[in-house]
Amino acid sequence: MGLEEKLPSGVLLTTIENLFGYMRSAAFWPATFGLACCAIEMMTYGAPRYDSGRWGQEVFRASPRQADLMIVAGRVSQKMAPVLRQIYDQMPNPKWVLAMGVCASTGGMFNNYAIVQGVDHIVPVDMYLPGCPPRPEMLIDAMFKLRDKVRHTPIGLDAIEAAQDQEQRQLEAPSLIEQKGLLR
Amino acid sequence: MTEGIPPRKPPRKRTRKSAAPKQVRPEPAEGQEDDGASTASAPSADKGASTRSEDVHEDVHEESDEKAPIKGAVPEGESEPDAETKPESLTAEAPEVSSEATAAEEDEAQLATTEPTAEVLQVRKGMFGVKGTGDTSGYGGLTRTVEFPAPATPPFGGWWDQVYERIGTLIPNYSDVITKVVIHRGEITFHVERQHLPELVRYLRDDAHLRFEFCSSVSGVHYPADKGRELHAVYHLQSMTHNRRIRLEVSVPDSDPHIASVVATYPTADWHERETYDMFGIIFDGHPALTRILMPDDWPGHPQRKDYPLGGIPVEYKGATVPPPDQRRSYS
Repeated sequence: MGLEEKLPSGVLLTTIENLFGYMRSAAFWPATFGLACCAIEMMTYGAPRYDSGRWGQEVFRASPRQADLMIVAGRVSQKMAPVLRQIYDQMPNPKWVLAMGVCASTGGMFNNYAIVQGVDHIVPVDMYLPGCPPRPEMLIDAMFKLRDKVRHTPIGLDAIEAAQDQEQRQLEAPSLIEQKGLLR
Repeated sequence: MTEGIPPRKPPRKRTRKSAAPKQVRPEPAEGQEDDGASTASAPSADKGASTRSEDVHEDVHEESDEKAPIKGAVPEGESEPDAETKPESLTAEAPEVSSEATAAEEDEAQLATTEPTAEVLQVRKGMFGVKGTGDTSGYGGLTRTVEFPAPATPPFGGWWDQVYERIGTLIPNYSDVITKVVIHRGEITFHVERQHLPELVRYLRDDAHLRFEFCSSVSGVHYPADKGRELHAVYHLQSMTHNRRIRLEVSVPDSDPHIASVVATYPTADWHERETYDMFGIIFDGHPALTRILMPDDWPGHPQRKDYPLGGIPVEYKGATVPPPDQRRSYS
């Protein structure tokens, strides 16, 4: 029927995009960066007991310029928000953000003037991880879900198209502050 | 306070040393001691230490009794007053306050009853809006008195008088400048009229007998019940030369929250005044750049005021809301 049938055995066909995603998802470089108690769980995640080295992620980069994943581990204060945004801006593309714990996701128990009510106010978040603080197992789970997302990230022309698509959808949709009744 | 630490450390050592009479002093105020004493013999303000010294030396015991009625009336510093200079007016004011009352809570609980002249601003009941029956929070029965300690009249004792008299020498109309002096828990507070503050702090810093070189903190307090003086700014001054600490308190009405800045005298007050402005909305005239320091520039309101809502900040995500705690536990 197609090319596949004429292939000798032992040869696998795929797209470059798929291969790219496969490689990329296995090579995260998280930024070294913790804000509160969630960071302790994040350290445990990298330590021998939970050992993120099992899937090649044990190296946290000390410079945002060498990192492509930002794990926001802890509550973000108003004073810290511009700092966090600067770290995000210094990271090269492509980059992802994981909001770890309820405080980073929504402000959590700190519903007061000092804390940003969700880090999505200042950086785009790819994965929200609930818990106060989440166990390292939950971080592993969130990381694998994020890996799945990264695996299917389009590249090249597809990436441009996808970005335009997303922008169009976001322009049409009401902003998050206007969306009501969606939380259960 | 650092001087509170050394007395607690060597209680065992002191039992040995208490045989030497010159090293045992009358019971000092809590955490308020002469430097030599705290390093050499370290008499402690705690209960056990005072009883021990009473056992050993009867003469000291008498003196300590005379000094005892005012807890914290002996200032720290190089010149501790002897028993004769102890002002009778002060001892008469609160005779029931026992020297044995070491715990701060105990002291606070007694203040309301033993100091008749303490100005009671407000009595608060409950917490987080809980009222009446159906209260499962356990905070419904809470009663808290908001009060100002009674003003003191000279002589205050020790270096406090030296400072006060020196200010009087430097500023002829000092009774207009310092409207009230409060001695509470061994610390002295001068209540200052706001228009005279820059002049006063300049003298406090530069005069050789005062030398309060360091302004360690500027804080704000909001007393909504203190009508006409809702906002207070509190300056904590320290003299490195003489090892003394005083406090200045300036009160302004909420409708006109202007205080002259002391940055010209104490550059370290720069960020402290910005923080006090940020949190309380007190405007420090003459400050080089009075902007918010902690909150975003466009933040509405001043978060540390008592009328600022507790929480209730909108999450702004798909209509999520968290009610403030004072509205969360309402059962009626």
